[in-house]
Amino acid sequence: MFELVRANKRRSVVLMLVMLALMLAVGYAIGFAVYPAVDNQVVALDQARALRLTFTPGGLIGMAVALGVWAVQALAAYTAGAQMLMAASGAKKLTKADSPQLFNVVEEMSIAAMLPKPPEIYLIEDMGLNAFAAGRDPQHASVAVTAGLLARLNRDQLQGVIAHEISHIVHRDVLYMTMMGVMAGTIIMLTDLFYRMTARGLRMSGTRRYRSSKSQGGGAYLLVLFLVALVLMIVAPLLAQLIYFACSRRREYLADAGAAVLTRYPEGLASALEEISGNAALESKNRVTAPMYIINPLTPEGAAFSSLSSTHPPVEKRIAVLRGMAGGVSYKTYADAWGRLEGGGAKMPAALLADSGAAPAARPAARPAAGADRIPLPAAAAAVFQQARPAAEPDTPQVRVARARDAGDLVRRMNQFLFIACPCGAKLKIPPEYAHPRVRCPRCHAVHSVASARAGDRTSFNPHVT
Amino acid sequence: MSMLIGLAVVGGVALMLALWVIGVYNGLIRLRNAVKNAWSQIDVQLKRRHDLIPNLIETAKGYMNHERETLESVTRARNLAAGASGVGAQSKAEGGLSQALSNFFVVVEQYPDLKANQNFLALQEELTSTENRIGFSRQAYNDAVMTFNNQVEMFPGNIVAGMFGFGKSEFFEIEVPAEREVPKVSFS
Repeated sequence: MFELVRANKRRSVVLMLVMLALMLAVGYAIGFAVYPAVDNQVVALDQARALRLTFTPGGLIGMAVALGVWAVQALAAYTAGAQMLMAASGAKKLTKADSPQLFNVVEEMSIAAMLPKPPEIYLIEDMGLNAFAAGRDPQHASVAVTAGLLARLNRDQLQGVIAHEISHIVHRDVLYMTMMGVMAGTIIMLTDLFYRMTARGLRMSGTRRYRSSKSQGGGAYLLVLFLVALVLMIVAPLLAQLIYFACSRRREYLADAGAAVLTRYPEGLASALEEISGNAALESKNRVTAPMYIINPLTPEGAAFSSLSSTHPPVEKRIAVLRGMAGGVSYKTYADAWGRLEGGGAKMPAALLADSGAAPAARPAARPAAGADRIPLPAAAAAVFQQARPAAEPDTPQVRVARARDAGDLVRRMNQFLFIACPCGAKLKIPPEYAHPRVRCPRCHAVHSVASARAGDRTSFNPHVT
Repeated sequence: MSMLIGLAVVGGVALMLALWVIGVYNGLIRLRNAVKNAWSQIDVQLKRRHDLIPNLIETAKGYMNHERETLESVTRARNLAAGASGVGAQSKAEGGLSQALSNFFVVVEQYPDLKANQNFLALQEELTSTENRIGFSRQAYNDAVMTFNNQVEMFPGNIVAGMFGFGKSEFFEIEVPAEREVPKVSFS
């Protein structure tokens, strides 16, 4: 685990520097636009003057402001992030007595991940199935699950989900995504600020200074800088969001791989994702906490589609990669399965692939029946479960049509309709006021005698003729 | 002048090399300590099992006895009622059964958790979890050993490892071949 964590820390630093550079550039551009430099000299630009023009007081102040804004938010997120998140989701802390099975599962995964202490466990009283991890490092980590998740999943699936969340903690994903999120937020906030000030800024003497300057040196250079700043304003928020979402998706795949390695049983997580994918929508969801969940809670199918603005990769792909792992369970086999699905290179840190001890999957593929190994729910979860709708069959169009047809037949039977089963497979439903002695089947045009059907009504009627 | 620059370059390279060696050495120390820690974690889980399981079994047995007495009295009363003949004896036996049943219901109300099934499910969960923990701690140990061995054996880390005498660690393996066999399960 250690190599992978250090590799990811290195990678995180690189990406954070990129975001930081972007943020500083935005800050600089704002400062530059608001307090532009003035250069009216006629001689051509030389290196020293260009440098002086670039690093204007305005630009530097802008960068400092950007850093300040970011620092305040980062500090808040770093120290109190977990509590804020838990409060925002309405989570209750659990003790071992509340749910011994969940506690045992979390402890087992902490042992497998070599955490110094197991994370705290919270319960979200919601019937949707979801889970998330919070906390900046393994010492201050916490995991939250919904009541629906506890009710629906069996032990192996629960273990897969918890392993996924603990992988997030081990990979320092929470810290990473928080920092990225704060930086992206700062960039967006600053560009928004810039747009508000633009009207004032452009009307200020600054632009007149650019345009009226007849020099070929400094003025043109300043104008170029100004244009670059403008482009940056437009591009930066989009870029920041793209980077953020791409990172988020990549981290999800990484956490899936980590979960498979921790449990040595990828089928557990795969079947859990299957169960969750139809039921991930939460009642109280908001955009801020969405990336932290195991499946996107903002869409009903749990983001079955993949878009550039999606924080989670598509569920089918995650399940397919997990089930496609062949030849042992390790980061390398996950990367290979991912590559086979993508048809291209799997984006795993190199250090991961070195740790490729191919261990066979821990248990055979047979999945125990749901509920076979479940012990009583904690009181809070049971209370929520009792109020919920019963476990529904999949709501496909075929099921809906069949249900409608059955309901219609029941009504007709109550109203003394006559049902005639034609040998071609059609079921003729004849209203009581039908006066003719014969009826023709609309499908095969065979003729049926209504009278004889009426006479033998009770014996010949078979509602389940197909 | 150029000799000074050359000296500076050589010095810089030597410094970087030294830093790299230090980094690799520290990494090896960190990984070896992780291996040792993981080994002792296995013992932690084994001791937990040793301490915990007898107590759990005793608790479950206690519940069993409690319920057994109540159930036995109900069964005895029922058998009496079934075997009784004649109105007098039968009514007396039925009265006895009603009495035993009312006792039973009183007991059930007083002890709402008096469901052996639930207790045994909890016991089974604890036993399963204990064995799982032991298994996962062995898995964690093997993972730590693998990471350490990778660092010791792969190039260029093996140079530093060889310099400072780091040896490979051993994986946890089954000593008794019989443990690899599939266990026989029979309820006869």
